[in-house]
Amino acid sequence: MTSLPSEPTGKKLGLVIDLDVCVGCHACVVACKEWNTGGYGAALSDQQPYGAEVSGAWLNRVHSYEVTPDRRDGVVIGEAGDARVVHFPKSCLHCDDAPCVTVCPTGASYKREEDGIVLVDEDKCIGCGLCAWSCPYGAREMDLAAGVMKKCTLCVDRIYNETLEEVDRVPSCVRTCPTNARHFGDLADPASEVSRMVAERGGFDLMPEQGTRPVNKYLPPRPRTPLAASMAPAADDTTDATGFFGWVDRMLDRI
Amino acid sequence: MHPAFSIIIFTTLSGLGYGLAAWLGLGLLDPAQPATKVAHVAALALIAGGLVSSTLHLGNPQRAWRAFSQWRSSWLSREGVLAIVTFMPLTWSAYLAVFESRWDPVIGIIGTALCAVTVFSTSMIYASLKSVDSWHTPWTPASYLGFAAASGLAALAAFGAAGGASPLWPLAGGAAVLVLIAWAIKHGWRKQAVRPPLSTPESATGLGHIGKVRQLEPPHMTDNYLIREMGFRVARKHARKLWLIALVMGCGVPAALLAGLAVFPEPAGVASVLVALMAVLSLMVGMLVERWLFFAEARHAVMNYYR
Repeated sequence: MTSLPSEPTGKKLGLVIDLDVCVGCHACVVACKEWNTGGYGAALSDQQPYGAEVSGAWLNRVHSYEVTPDRRDGVVIGEAGDARVVHFPKSCLHCDDAPCVTVCPTGASYKREEDGIVLVDEDKCIGCGLCAWSCPYGAREMDLAAGVMKKCTLCVDRIYNETLEEVDRVPSCVRTCPTNARHFGDLADPASEVSRMVAERGGFDLMPEQGTRPVNKYLPPRPRTPLAASMAPAADDTTDATGFFGWVDRMLDRI
Repeated sequence: MHPAFSIIIFTTLSGLGYGLAAWLGLGLLDPAQPATKVAHVAALALIAGGLVSSTLHLGNPQRAWRAFSQWRSSWLSREGVLAIVTFMPLTWSAYLAVFESRWDPVIGIIGTALCAVTVFSTSMIYASLKSVDSWHTPWTPASYLGFAAASGLAALAAFGAAGGASPLWPLAGGAAVLVLIAWAIKHGWRKQAVRPPLSTPESATGLGHIGKVRQLEPPHMTDNYLIREMGFRVARKHARKLWLIALVMGCGVPAALLAGLAVFPEPAGVASVLVALMAVLSLMVGMLVERWLFFAEARHAVMNYYR
């Protein structure tokens, strides 16, 4: 059934991604591919995996951006010095108003009422690709070998899997992140750790203007000291030298 | 957006087929004429050919029947259901014309209405996508309906000429006017297509409060499904030339030929049939280029992550 749940979903399971902490190591990308190529549904195929034009279906990708501050009049200032690099992991945001669900002609694409996870029933998918067209975030990629649409399942086969240790019952990307930039939880519960994080740090939606109401939130990079302030002082500036070296400095000045 | 050949063929051919069937449903041609019988069969063949073509781009076409199930929410599903429903009155009308040489106004007009609704739902598949700015507008269904009506009436004029319809000038003249109207709508569509984009790299990343966002490193070295599907670029480079080709072939030539046919009618003459056929062929070439541009020029919001 590709109508969205009529009531708000009981839980809103999703990710909170901390753009201040992510170092762009791509460990989550690889962990995601590894888990999901042997987990839910068809394997995540690659085309020409050992050829020159290698490509394949991935459910999570990390972009890297350069953000250059601009004045209010739109003029870009402070070229290299004040620009900062932000690593930006992107996967399905499990939107409340998921356009990928309602456009599906077969009922393969659906949003679960109990926890809000958006999934594809691959036995019903005809591989028309319309859901990927409807997603402004590029969260869906066609598996060219199986001819069905693939997307992040929020590791639905891990998070409820009681054969795993409790610590492992989180999405693979969250479990593997070495810098703890990825967090998993229920964003419908204001007392959950992820909801508190979003409230404290001013977590935001991607492309709110698209009206998709994403569940996943992103935490902004923290304000940074300007590069000029943390630069090594000039070699002949000894104004703050104290103690023995201060005495040496003063003595040598007199000679 | 990637212009899948099967979809371009489908939308133009079925548009022509539905347009022709819609005008036939109004009983404008003499059902006793062999040309009218051929027209009915041709309309059904164009629609069926288009539908078969549209399944070619599917990853699992053997499950295509499932696409009839989600008409409550999905325009693609509605289109599938309506296409099948529309076949019933159209086949009935064709049967009456071919075997009984008569036209039934009730069945005919039901068919005409369903043709319009089916073309509308085809266009809404694209118009409903908020992620593609230029498609997400009422101009999209208007231009699909305009082209279906214009090409359908041009084809009807050709069959009318072959069947010795008299007078021929209302059909040919009407088709010439509809061709001009269809391209006027398309011109309106193109004007709205250049409005500022809804989403930007800044809103896509949420980093606009810091400053201007520029891609430093892409997430993958070679291309992927998203780039291939949403980042098509060939047509953008030649967009102006292609638009001119579409205008000449799709508007100038057929409008002039059809207008000529209306002014100098020569009922049942071979010349008038040839002129009308040339008009239809030229119009179809223009529409194919236009439809190719419709896909190839469309910018998808996801490309904000790759800029």
